[in-house]
Amino acid sequence: MAREGARGSRARKKGKKESKTRVVHSNVLHERAKGEENPNRHYADNKIKTTKYTLLSFLPKNLFEQFHRFANVYFVFIALLNFVPALSAFQPELSLAPVLFILSVTAIKDLWEDYRRHRSDKEINHMDCLVYSRYEKYWKEVRVGDFIRLRCNEILPADVLLLSSSDPDHLCHIETATLDGETNLKQRQVVRSFIDLDCEFDPLKYSSIIECEKPNNDLNRFRGYIIHRSGRRDGLYKENLLLRGCTIRNTEEAVGIVIYAGHETKAMLNNNGPRYKRSKLERQMNVDVFWCVVILLVMCLFSAIGHGLWLFQYGDKRPIFDVLSPEGTDLSPALSAIYLFLTMVIVFQVLIPISLFVSIEIVKICQVYIIHQDVDLYDEETDSHLQCRALNITEDLGQMQYIFSDKTGTLTENKMVFRRCTVAGVEYSHDANGEGPRTTCEKDITPDPQLLDKVNECSSQLEYMRYHRQPLSQLPSELSDVLDFFIALTICNTVVVSSPNQPRQKVSSSSLATSRSVPRASSSLLPSPSADGTLVRLQEEHTADAPEGILRPSVLDTGGATGPPEEGELRYEAESPDEAALVYAARAYKCALAGRLPDQVTVELPHLGKLAFELLHTLGFDSTRKRMSVVVRHPLTDQITVYTKGADSVIMDLIGPPAADDTKGKRQRKILYKTQNYLNQYAADGLRTLCIAKKVLSKEDYEIWLKSHLAAETAIHGREELLFESALRLETNLHLLGATGIEDRLQDGVPETIASLRKAGLQIWVLTGDKQETAINIAYACKLLHYIQSKFLCNTPEPSNRAFEDDFTAFHAPGLPSPASTPFLIHQLGLVIDGKTLAYALEKSLEDRFLAVARSCRSVLCCRSTPLQKSMVVKLVRNKLKVMTLAIGDGANDVSMIQVADVGVGISGQEGMQAVMASDFALPRFQYLQKLLLVHGHWCYSRLANMILYFFYKNAVTLIFWYQFYCGFSGSVMIDQWFLIFFNLMFSAFPQLITGTLDKDVSAETLQDLPQLYMNGQNSEEYKPYMFWMNMIDAFFQSLVCFFIPYFAYADSDVDLFTWGTPITSLALFTILLHLGIETKTWTWLNWASIAFSIGLFFSVALCYHSSCPTCFSPSNPYWTMQRLLGDPLFYLICVITPVSALLPRQVAVLQCVLVLNTPSQRSLHIYSRDLIHAKGINTSIGRARGPSSPARCKWVGS
Amino acid sequence: MASGYSAKEEDGHHSGALGPAGGAAVRSRKPDNTAFKQQRLPAWQPILTAGTVLPAFFIIGLLFIPIGIGLYVTSNNIRELQIDYTGTESSSPCFACSQNYSWNMTTPCVCSVSFSLDQPFESNVFMYYGLSNFYQNHRRYVKSRDDSQLNGNLNSLKEPSKECEPYRTNDGKPIAPCGAIANSLFNDTLALYYNDPNGTETQIQLVKRGIAWWTDKHVKFRNPVGDDSNLTAIFQGTAKPVNWQKPVYELDSDPENNGFINEDLIVWMRTAALPTFRKLYRIIEKNSSTSPTLPRGNYTLKITYNYPVRSFEGRKRMILSTISWMGGKNPFLGIAYITVGSICFFLGVVLLIIHHKYGSRSSSADLTH
Repeated sequence: MAREGARGSRARKKGKKESKTRVVHSNVLHERAKGEENPNRHYADNKIKTTKYTLLSFLPKNLFEQFHRFANVYFVFIALLNFVPALSAFQPELSLAPVLFILSVTAIKDLWEDYRRHRSDKEINHMDCLVYSRYEKYWKEVRVGDFIRLRCNEILPADVLLLSSSDPDHLCHIETATLDGETNLKQRQVVRSFIDLDCEFDPLKYSSIIECEKPNNDLNRFRGYIIHRSGRRDGLYKENLLLRGCTIRNTEEAVGIVIYAGHETKAMLNNNGPRYKRSKLERQMNVDVFWCVVILLVMCLFSAIGHGLWLFQYGDKRPIFDVLSPEGTDLSPALSAIYLFLTMVIVFQVLIPISLFVSIEIVKICQVYIIHQDVDLYDEETDSHLQCRALNITEDLGQMQYIFSDKTGTLTENKMVFRRCTVAGVEYSHDANGEGPRTTCEKDITPDPQLLDKVNECSSQLEYMRYHRQPLSQLPSELSDVLDFFIALTICNTVVVSSPNQPRQKVSSSSLATSRSVPRASSSLLPSPSADGTLVRLQEEHTADAPEGILRPSVLDTGGATGPPEEGELRYEAESPDEAALVYAARAYKCALAGRLPDQVTVELPHLGKLAFELLHTLGFDSTRKRMSVVVRHPLTDQITVYTKGADSVIMDLIGPPAADDTKGKRQRKILYKTQNYLNQYAADGLRTLCIAKKVLSKEDYEIWLKSHLAAETAIHGREELLFESALRLETNLHLLGATGIEDRLQDGVPETIASLRKAGLQIWVLTGDKQETAINIAYACKLLHYIQSKFLCNTPEPSNRAFEDDFTAFHAPGLPSPASTPFLIHQLGLVIDGKTLAYALEKSLEDRFLAVARSCRSVLCCRSTPLQKSMVVKLVRNKLKVMTLAIGDGANDVSMIQVADVGVGISGQEGMQAVMASDFALPRFQYLQKLLLVHGHWCYSRLANMILYFFYKNAVTLIFWYQFYCGFSGSVMIDQWFLIFFNLMFSAFPQLITGTLDKDVSAETLQDLPQLYMNGQNSEEYKPYMFWMNMIDAFFQSLVCFFIPYFAYADSDVDLFTWGTPITSLALFTILLHLGIETKTWTWLNWASIAFSIGLFFSVALCYHSSCPTCFSPSNPYWTMQRLLGDPLFYLICVITPVSALLPRQVAVLQCVLVLNTPSQRSLHIYSRDLIHAKGINTSIGRARGPSSPARCKWVGS
Repeated sequence: MASGYSAKEEDGHHSGALGPAGGAAVRSRKPDNTAFKQQRLPAWQPILTAGTVLPAFFIIGLLFIPIGIGLYVTSNNIRELQIDYTGTESSSPCFACSQNYSWNMTTPCVCSVSFSLDQPFESNVFMYYGLSNFYQNHRRYVKSRDDSQLNGNLNSLKEPSKECEPYRTNDGKPIAPCGAIANSLFNDTLALYYNDPNGTETQIQLVKRGIAWWTDKHVKFRNPVGDDSNLTAIFQGTAKPVNWQKPVYELDSDPENNGFINEDLIVWMRTAALPTFRKLYRIIEKNSSTSPTLPRGNYTLKITYNYPVRSFEGRKRMILSTISWMGGKNPFLGIAYITVGSICFFLGVVLLIIHHKYGSRSSSADLTH
């Protein structure tokens, strides 16, 4: 819908001119020039319309959409065939009924949904907002170029460029939860040129022109520039744009100009519809639908030939009952046969189940609802439960074979706990944290006493030195490293300090604010306040005696500034949890982050009080560089300092060569060596490691770098690449400060879940971007690898194809004669492969071999893999092995693999919503996967499989076919056409829906206790191709019984056509209901009620119908038939014997499994297993119970 | 379809985003812990074990066999006599009549068939005519009628339904009753004579009323009502069906059995289900409680042979039958019940043996856990 809107606007703009950018003028200037001259008139307005239809377009559009489904076209074709007089089998109007019914049910549903959308649109369109000079307006009246005034907690009506903010730092905080699910506050800045305005922003004076990108759906990109009247251009960034749907927080008031409105906003462009996937079961079903068509054609052909021959035998002697065609012409047998073929297509239409598709949809919606409602899949902590985002692949959950899991956030909690650190080569083990209860979170960290002492010592020395005005460089290098280490932890991040629910006031004192001569951004390249000034400031601040224990954020008495009133503890809002963990860790060492502004970070240190670091640049984290850096002016030394934090592998390479000569160099080497050792140790303990480094820049170097960096920043094209290169230039020659080890805790129940999924026959692969050691450790922790298990490590230090190939060949030769013969040997192996090697393994020439190896290993672990590699692995396994794959992950890096897999599961955890948005199912926790797959997956699969099979069976009970032998293959039907047409649609529809929704072949407890039962679905045991044919044969037999018992019972009697056909209809109904009864494993009152309802409905409809009109309903003319039948004992007699004898073979086949082959049917298993589980020899009895599988109906798990 | 449904989520998401600002007291999204939603509805799980299933087999067997025997005996007690008078064989008395194949014979051909009853027919006797190989259930044949005309609708009388084609009009005049079914009305006349041992021949009273369904006679079929009570006048301007010898208003002298409400017509119009069928022709009512309706002895059936069946190799029969509560003579249902009952019983025994022989080892071990 959004797409359509966009298309519309695109088309409109095309008329104007083809330009690559959008130019936005102020509407205020063009106030009078309404309409024609307003330069913004071509842009979409803010009215949104997500509805598909209008009153007029509903019917044609909806029908058009519905006819995309082939079955609908087919049924309409059949119905239209009826209008040809020569063919007509039924009353033409009546034959339209089923297809109209199906179409209208769908149409009503669509209409209702569209109405809901319309209502929600209307609600949204009529929300209020303040538009400059036009007072309060509805959202839909907002137009591009309008100035909008936003207040705290207001929701943005459109994409707005921030021009003014009441915030002293020209910031505006927004919450983007609706866009990406992240609840932390994000800062947005006022456009640079408007920061300098002394007075309040006045829209009347605004005369600049904005040129920016065309609307696009990239939330994290916005490029453009603003052209002032003076001709000056200023770049616009995503930091200046407030997106529709976000909420203004902590900011009293902000003013902005609308850039994109309505359907052109980024939020709306991102609003993709849900995905439509086709499940494996449905694909299988479609094959059988095709077979049904074949059967139908064969039956029609048979009848047509039969009719031809029947006519032919009479020769020229026209029998009195062979009526001429309405035209009075005599048809030749051949032509008659051709006509009859088409007539039979109409008569046998029930063979193709018209209601199957609708019923499947209904059952799936019910299944989704029931899964939604499962209280076991609800997480109290986050108040979230499972979401089914894809509605039509619930049964795929029961057929999974491979699970690809992300590690961080999926297997682990993604709640980082600071565990250990190394500073300057000395390890601080933080033993106290290790034993903490599970509830330990990033906030509560017990500092290591030794390190705490050092910090205290360091700061007191600093205080002393400052008092004596000594240069800071005299600090012992170890102590200065400690200090720098914590400063780096505190400021080298993007953590925002927030005090909940308060419009943010300026944190620092007024003195600080004024002492900064000019904001960095303005123009002078190197603002240089004197070092003295800084120290003096420090002294001033220090008089305020920073409190020791509790952190009080911003109370600075010096300037008598209006600090915020008493409030709770500061909250740190971090984009990634390990950043927060580090900041909290630093706070434990009294090095607390007190505030962050775009150009300044305030850090509170013991003894020293608050230090304001002028933040010159932030080079954000990216996955290629794997590090981030901040460039600050150190307030104590006034040096330009770069703090870098990143993955150890990259930082270690960037460490500058130690001074070659003296002891200092030696010491550095030692530190490097020790740190590397500790890093390895951390990794071995399963900790996430980060290295902290710093670099002091000389002013000249900085100036050179700054020039190129500024050029990169203002470039419109290729800005990202230029900034990337610029960052690379800066991050060299670093000085190593230390390293941290953060624990990423396993989620609750992960090892148990993995163990039980494993037992269920699922292969679990872990694909992670983490380093090998960490990954292996997590794998051990969650029982994916066992210590006794031999590991097969694939690392390619020397990237060469050859080596890898040899590796695999070597592996192949001894270990794997053939997978079947030595299963135990193979299952002991675990394959660990890293990203570099994976890149080779995924090459065309090697992928088969890689798969062969990976397949025979018990577990596979891919570390250091990029998002693309993850998705390639999934795709490879899915396509080559033809298995059902499930990918589960929580972060943006898992999105590609989630999309590639047959079923994508997102963990709705902390790392934003991208994974959830891309997923088919979203779970709050990994451990819920067990119930989702083993219980709901199994149920959904078995219910739907059984329902589909039943449907095929039900429709194949074609009594009419047998009748053709007794009516000269003339296409005559003995069942009243009303019954015939509504039989499947109404009389026999409800019970199977109830069974398809609620039946449980095995109880939830059993399914969880015996994960082996899951293999049932993996091997598609409920619905094998032969089962379709078994059902067809059964239906064939049953239809024979249902036809011939009444046939012989009424042979050579005075029964008339429809008095004979009505009992057949009733007993067919009884038979298929009884059949359903045999198939139903659990009987709730709903099952009983639905069956009673079906029978009641049939008889009451029949009674009403048969007493309503004596002359209508030609040709059956059933007046008083049912009433007469109910008084006829024969009717009851055949209604009893037919279902019993028709279902005898099926019943015996089921019994054969129970009694003869000694295979407990699953329902019996349910009872037994409960006891069995408590009994000791569970495995042996189950193993024995499996026995040989029976050919017909025993759907027991294969071994 | 599915996409439509899920759109709800989409806009649910949307409106959620734009809900009351500040997030007023959010209700917990915890699902209700009800039996239905948690799929814990009390359920009966039929457990298939030897203990539950085998008795069912035996019960079915024990129920069905007596019913079957009862049905069989009932059916056997019904007296039935069939006389084929088609006359295809040259020895048959009706051979001559059957050779003169024509619908419109001016001179009726009469033939008589003699038969004897070994056993007397005690109760009311139903006289049927039976046709074989006559496909009254042919698709186009079945439709070829106009119920509204037969119900006495004057408009339909003049303007019969199109379904009647090609037996709708004759020489521009509407046919009454129209259609192929009426056109092929069975028009043999059967008369039954009892040959007394003393040589006299007494005609047996055949009741021609009450052979059709009550609802047919009184609701579905009605003569058109005009200004004139005279049927002839009402049917003025209509043609008789092509194959008929008499127009519809001359079917019977009794005005209550003439025109569309002639019961022979009504019976014929109820098209038979199968190509071999019988239709009730007359009823021989039991006169006195002491003597049987049809005593033992010799009888003569006199047939006015009008109905040609040679063209489709059909056969014509006259059937005399008494009836029971379950209708006419048909041993099938009794045999079927006995058979199914026996099979169930037999299966029960077999399964029991198998269960004891093979099943007891492990399955009873499992069962007793």
